[in-house]
Amino acid sequence: MISFEMPETLSKTVVMMGSVAENMMRPVSRRYDDQEHEIPWDFISFMHEAMKAMGAGSLAPDRGVRKEGPRLGYQRLAFMIECLSWGDAGLYLCTPGGGLGAAAVEASGTPEQKERFLKRFSGDKPAFACMAMTEPQAGSDTAAIRTTAVRDGDEWVLNGEKIFVTAGHKSLVDTPGFVVVWATIDPAAGRAGMRPFVVEAGTPGCSVTKLEHKLGIRSSDTASVVLQDCRIPFDSILGSPEVETVTQKGFKKAMATFDATRPLVAASALGVARATVELLKELLDQQGIEIRYGLPRSLLTNLEREVIEMEVMLRSAWLLVLKAVWLADEHKPNTLEASMSKVKAGDVVTKITQRAVELMGPLGYSRDLLLEKWFRDAKINDIFEGTGQINRLIVARRILNYSSKELR
Amino acid sequence: MYGFEPSQEQQMLVDSVRRYATNDLRLAAHEADESGEFPHSVIRKGWELGVLQASIPEAYGGFGERSAVTGALAAEVLGWGDLAGALAVMAPGLFALPILSAGTEAQKLEHLPALAEGDWQPVTSAFIEQAFDFHPGQMRTAAEKSSDGFVITGEKACVPFADRAERTVVYAGVDGTPQGFLIPKGAEGYQICERERLMGIGGVPTFRIRLDKVHVPGSARLGGADGHDFAPILAASQVAVAALGVGLSQAAYDYSLAYAKDREAFGVPIAQKQVIAFMLAEMITEIEASRLMVWEAAWLMDAGHDASKAAYLALVSVSDAAMMVTDRAVQILGGHGYIREHPVELWMRNGRGIPAFAGLAIV
Repeated sequence: MISFEMPETLSKTVVMMGSVAENMMRPVSRRYDDQEHEIPWDFISFMHEAMKAMGAGSLAPDRGVRKEGPRLGYQRLAFMIECLSWGDAGLYLCTPGGGLGAAAVEASGTPEQKERFLKRFSGDKPAFACMAMTEPQAGSDTAAIRTTAVRDGDEWVLNGEKIFVTAGHKSLVDTPGFVVVWATIDPAAGRAGMRPFVVEAGTPGCSVTKLEHKLGIRSSDTASVVLQDCRIPFDSILGSPEVETVTQKGFKKAMATFDATRPLVAASALGVARATVELLKELLDQQGIEIRYGLPRSLLTNLEREVIEMEVMLRSAWLLVLKAVWLADEHKPNTLEASMSKVKAGDVVTKITQRAVELMGPLGYSRDLLLEKWFRDAKINDIFEGTGQINRLIVARRILNYSSKELR
Repeated sequence: MYGFEPSQEQQMLVDSVRRYATNDLRLAAHEADESGEFPHSVIRKGWELGVLQASIPEAYGGFGERSAVTGALAAEVLGWGDLAGALAVMAPGLFALPILSAGTEAQKLEHLPALAEGDWQPVTSAFIEQAFDFHPGQMRTAAEKSSDGFVITGEKACVPFADRAERTVVYAGVDGTPQGFLIPKGAEGYQICERERLMGIGGVPTFRIRLDKVHVPGSARLGGADGHDFAPILAASQVAVAALGVGLSQAAYDYSLAYAKDREAFGVPIAQKQVIAFMLAEMITEIEASRLMVWEAAWLMDAGHDASKAAYLALVSVSDAAMMVTDRAVQILGGHGYIREHPVELWMRNGRGIPAFAGLAIV
């Protein structure tokens, strides 16, 4: 059936998260942007208790949520993340719980691994998890990753350097969390040899060496993680330890993580976009400028055209996200939809925030308002979790039925 | 609950419409655009799919319930086949659906059974006006109250099949509010002008009409003495045209994708070049995004919510997507895209009309 009826339980989630965003995030938004690397413990502790009270021990789908009725895990997450990012995209990334690390475990871990790694998020103290993919010489080209995992008896030995690890410091230093490290188990096998490994905080040989200074999302730490003869248990590998060069099954299963997380990153982008459109409309309204809907373009003022176009971009992008997470909840393939939603949301949030700053002139450029911050925060959404270009490549390969060799 | 899959019943309808769109509309489209008309047999076959009949309840000669979502799904596939052909097949809806949603019981009983139970008939509506700043909310054609009814004066454009339509719903402002009037062919002062020559949709004949103090009785007003709410009619039309635009865009995308996989340059299919592949990726993303806007607006209508803003935004969304997609389709075909042997230039001409076509179809 085709329906756009929002389930009541999701409406409640939106009200609750909206209140958190407005009362716990917006008031400190500017402060944590100014004070890069200051850890927002008040927010973290509050969110930890709030998530526990909600019965969802982490920002991972279906954990602790009732198992009866329709599956709404990813849909709920998308709404939560959109709301929290409306509050502050950087602080949202400081929400304790699994984040992308837990999503990886959720998507490709065994039941035992889920129990072992995800339980910590419903404990007494907040915990974080993160994902380490990028290396100094390998970003989008994940097959060029050099970090190695070598089996030694009932252990894996990891060596390499990871950069741009979102919440790396919080996951490994500030809380008892973990990092999901992508490494190769067979450097000769290319992509087929790539696997994610779970490395827990406090593991000897795993250290955080640097914190980046960024354009935006400054309250979220972006860390470098060095692995030096780092030993982890054998069953900390996500997916099969065998290399299937022909089918690349192990690699593909691991990549399924991104089908789950890309629409969620898109949801975060659209939270920022919605915040921007709402503030823009509010500022225009204060000036007595009304947006008239229903007119042909030839009768609209430029401001009206801009705002209407923003609303179209925002809503259509959100519906792509909604469809992608709905497919995930229905356990249907969503690689194409996930990447489309990410392409669109990355475009939309950058365009909307860039135009809003322009349209507001000196007001937009001033740090008196949050518009300039959202402009800076927005851009990351077109970069992390697969750049806009990588996601276009994924969409293109899908629709053309081309392999990565046929469409490079 | 959210849902993004047509019901089984809807899917069956879509499948049968797709067979027709593939085997009949698409094959006849080029010739119809050049010659100015579809063979009647093609239009009648489209009518026999029963899309409109299934929107009309049994009490009025049909066999179903109106659903904007179902209508939009069918319209998309018809639009995928050919926009002009779709407008021709759907033309009786321009007359029937406003009566169904806003007419009095007497108006429904008078007009709907004969329409639903019969062959495709050229009944239509006159909505658009020939002005750069035309917008449906402020029609220049005016209906002045008289002692026993209304006197209507003005000019209308883009009226499909006006030359042969026995009855037409003409929209005119009553104290500034657009209202429909059921006007028979041959009413005094009701003049059908020459056939229009347009950039696209050549396969559907459209006409200007001039209304020079046309007297109609009060009973000719859609909804009777108190008239009707115009907003749902406008929204249903915006949704219909938007759905057609999605289908048209999908057609251009499908065609250019197949071409790009086939056409070689520099030793490889051009689809293996990122510059082409990325164009296609963006095209399908915009098509899918605007399709969901259309579905949501249609769903709002079916659920009884105010769909005015959503329908407007859906049409804005599809208008931009259709132009972007059809332009790129021509671009991907290069010089061949500019040649009328390929359908993409027709889709590009038709695509440009989408923002102006509200009033030319309804679901």
